[in-house]
Amino acid sequence: MPARAPSALTIHELHPLLISGQLSPAELLEDLLARIAGHNGAYGAYIDVAADQLREQLRRQLASGRRGRLFGIPITVKDNLCVAGEQTTCASKILAGFRAPYDATVIERLRQEGAVIVPRANMDEFAFGSSTENSAYGATRNPWDRQRVPGGSSGGSAAAVAADLAIGALGSDTGGSIRQPASFCNVVGLKPTYGRVSRYGLIAFASSLDQIGPLTKDVRDAAHLLSVIAGHDPMDSTSAPVEVPDYVAQLEAPVNGLRVGLPRLPEEGIEPDVRRCVEAAVQVLQRLGAAVERIELPFIDHSIETYYIVATAEASSNLARYAGVHYGLREPAEDRSSLIEMYLRTRTAGFGAEAKRRILLGTYVLSHGYYDAYYLKAMQVRTLIKRSFEQAFSRCDIVVMPTSPTAAFRLGERLTDPLQMYLSDIYTISANLAGVPAISIPCGFSSSQLPVGLQLLAAPFREELLLRLAYAYEQATEWHRRRPALEQA
Amino acid sequence: MTCEIIIGLEVHVQLRTNTKLFCGCAARFGAPPNSQTCPVCLGLPGALPVLNEQALAWGIRVGLALDCTVAPLMKFDRKHYFYPDLPKNFQISQYDRPLASNGHVDLEGEGATKRIRIRRVHLEEDAGKLLHETGQPVSFVDMNRTGVPLLEIVSEPDLRTSEDAYQYLVELKALLQYLDVSTCNMEEGSLRCDTNISLRPAGQETLGVKVEVKNLNSFRAVKQALEFEAGRQGALLSRGERILQETRLWNAHSLQTDSMRSKEEAADYRYFPEPDLVPFTIEAAAVEQIRRKLPELPAQRRLRYQQTYQLSAYDAQVLVQQRALAELFEGAVRLGAKPKPVANWIMGGFMAYLNAKRLEPESLQVQPEWVVHLIELVDGGTLSGTMAKEVFLAMLERRVDPAELVREGGLRQISDAQTLERIAHEVLEQHPKSAEDYAKGKANALMFLVGQAMKRSSGKANPQQMTEILKRKVGEKRA
Repeated sequence: MPARAPSALTIHELHPLLISGQLSPAELLEDLLARIAGHNGAYGAYIDVAADQLREQLRRQLASGRRGRLFGIPITVKDNLCVAGEQTTCASKILAGFRAPYDATVIERLRQEGAVIVPRANMDEFAFGSSTENSAYGATRNPWDRQRVPGGSSGGSAAAVAADLAIGALGSDTGGSIRQPASFCNVVGLKPTYGRVSRYGLIAFASSLDQIGPLTKDVRDAAHLLSVIAGHDPMDSTSAPVEVPDYVAQLEAPVNGLRVGLPRLPEEGIEPDVRRCVEAAVQVLQRLGAAVERIELPFIDHSIETYYIVATAEASSNLARYAGVHYGLREPAEDRSSLIEMYLRTRTAGFGAEAKRRILLGTYVLSHGYYDAYYLKAMQVRTLIKRSFEQAFSRCDIVVMPTSPTAAFRLGERLTDPLQMYLSDIYTISANLAGVPAISIPCGFSSSQLPVGLQLLAAPFREELLLRLAYAYEQATEWHRRRPALEQA
Repeated sequence: MTCEIIIGLEVHVQLRTNTKLFCGCAARFGAPPNSQTCPVCLGLPGALPVLNEQALAWGIRVGLALDCTVAPLMKFDRKHYFYPDLPKNFQISQYDRPLASNGHVDLEGEGATKRIRIRRVHLEEDAGKLLHETGQPVSFVDMNRTGVPLLEIVSEPDLRTSEDAYQYLVELKALLQYLDVSTCNMEEGSLRCDTNISLRPAGQETLGVKVEVKNLNSFRAVKQALEFEAGRQGALLSRGERILQETRLWNAHSLQTDSMRSKEEAADYRYFPEPDLVPFTIEAAAVEQIRRKLPELPAQRRLRYQQTYQLSAYDAQVLVQQRALAELFEGAVRLGAKPKPVANWIMGGFMAYLNAKRLEPESLQVQPEWVVHLIELVDGGTLSGTMAKEVFLAMLERRVDPAELVREGGLRQISDAQTLERIAHEVLEQHPKSAEDYAKGKANALMFLVGQAMKRSSGKANPQQMTEILKRKVGEKRA
């Protein structure tokens, strides 16, 4: 047995122990369950955890004889990934009680490699938010400071990994929902290239922006998980038939000579601590041999408004199905014969404030007479942003910027100010609009001891470059080894 | 005031692909409710559409047969409206880039052909089916139909009469049957039709206010509804009243249209590009390959029937109009039967039977050799004309080869002299008055006697032989 508790270990540390039998999958699971039982109440990383179901799942996994790359390793998944037979609610009341009859493709791939799926990591309702406060099942707390948010919308996944309530996790990222909570919680969060990972079974927020990715304790684990979940899926027409490299094998390839671009960014609201940490990180990259140069990313200062048109338009369409007819919540009409009243009552009761706000916005921008001015214009700007990145990546291999302009903010601080909340994603959104991969890695702490994340972006399908540089940085620094001291509830 | 009637038609045709448009579920008609569903066609959270390539290829095939231009870029859009038979509350359709556009259908008229332009052809998914049990405050949804591929074919407002509309539908249906892409069964809903109709004073350029008419369950209903609407709108205009732009429903019982919703209530469908299906280009070579594989189309076939088989334009039109009839015709001719008698049998007894029973020709599964056998039996003298009609009917009813019917059922014509003599004798014994009348020169009396003899032999007596025998016997008596 290692000195540290099994649940504190990484995937790559656990794998040899489990394969060699030094640690049994049951011991690992029980250790994790005990830790969750002790701390989930205080942090709300999971909406709920069905311990017996997990034990049964492990029993079946062991009986299957699979000894894959994730043999016996529990992997936590966000509550918007369909897990057969399990409740999948997107942290929304409107899907209360909904049990998916099928596994998402990523879940299937994790199972194939021997993983035990731990469902229901908390999130902002339908991934609408940057703080995990918009959950119908209560907010998640930041393990570094219970009074602060863990970021969002994959805040449950990030907090669980940071607090050793998870070994590794999957989240989804539509405008920063993996990277921003990763930076707030001092973990690694990777948003792959659009099309790199199948979205089949990911409950859609904005179909042209959503991407599933890993949240892990270090870069090697991120490479490990990405290797498992990436690749073409015939069930998802937008998944790319592009070969998946061995991300783990390429981690240690040399980084000297890599060209790193440092864009001029909108300066609005960036905290001095964040600026300090990112500047220091860039110096580390230079020391590692990267050639750093200033670059321009025109149009990315229009990212937020572009994003909130495209994303809400798609969301209003994707969420139309939650209307009380086929599954999930139904609030019957007083007048039983009124279909429209049933729709209205169901949607009024089932959706939270932010979901309603986004449905209204999206419906508006797609309406007759407004489409050209909003949606069409936004799509044109999106193309320009995409071109900006194409030009940038013709000059450099990696673009570096902060993940978030601030460290974790206080609970409730931005809840009443949606525009301020939306600004949390100012640096992350452009990667989704352009479809490029991006990773957030720990790069320091603020004066109030809150984690700060460094974001690296690469050209489409160049995740191995991101991971290689991130790994080199991680090897040269200690930030990712810091763990929060948890409080009791 | 004389008005010109302007009609346009929207036809929805279900493609008979094995699987649905965006998932692998069977698209078969008539399966137990909700037995052909999956997360994709149920619109479950997280499920994603994947385009059925067969449906796309068939859509292009139809577009080409209508002489349309096939779009170089294939793109789908979402059309939003809330309804319980539409599980996602949006339909995946094609909005600004239909898969084919600018084609035409030519209607053969007396002397001239009338060209009806096709505006667009696009692919979309069908909705489910709501079922209501009378007296119960619940609705049921059958999702088997959800996601079945539909091709929407929209004409320009080039039709001028209800008869035009009827003919257009017949021609379009024939085309789809020859293309073999749909069962085209209106009762099962695999072919559906909505129409737009407006009136304008003769000579006026601009179009009048148009009314959409839905709930048309047969070609006849289309015709009746258009006639009713033309009358209704004409009456309003002649009273100086305005036509409301609205959607009206045809009521097949009261034989009139009733208002369903006005333009103001029309939905805003909030179309936008379907993000789950990436637009893709269609290679010109792929389109050419589909074009090369187009079968002989109705117009070509009509011409061939006239040229090769010397059929009249009318006969060719009637036979070609329904593919099953044409196949039966050609099958029989290929087996050596003469074209004209085959055409006569099909267009006569066969079609009368279908009309009387309200059946589709393919439902009878008549084999071409049966028709050949029937004609041979008549030509060889085994069956009289009357008997042949009976055998033909029995063939249709029992779906048995006429040769078989004759063999098993004593349906063979009686040509045996001895039996015929006996029958003639009995008839003359029973009707001495008629025998006398004939002897006195009343030709009608002979007809009566032959009729009686046929009756006595249950129609089996050879009529020519019987006539001769009766003539001779009456003569013998006199002598």
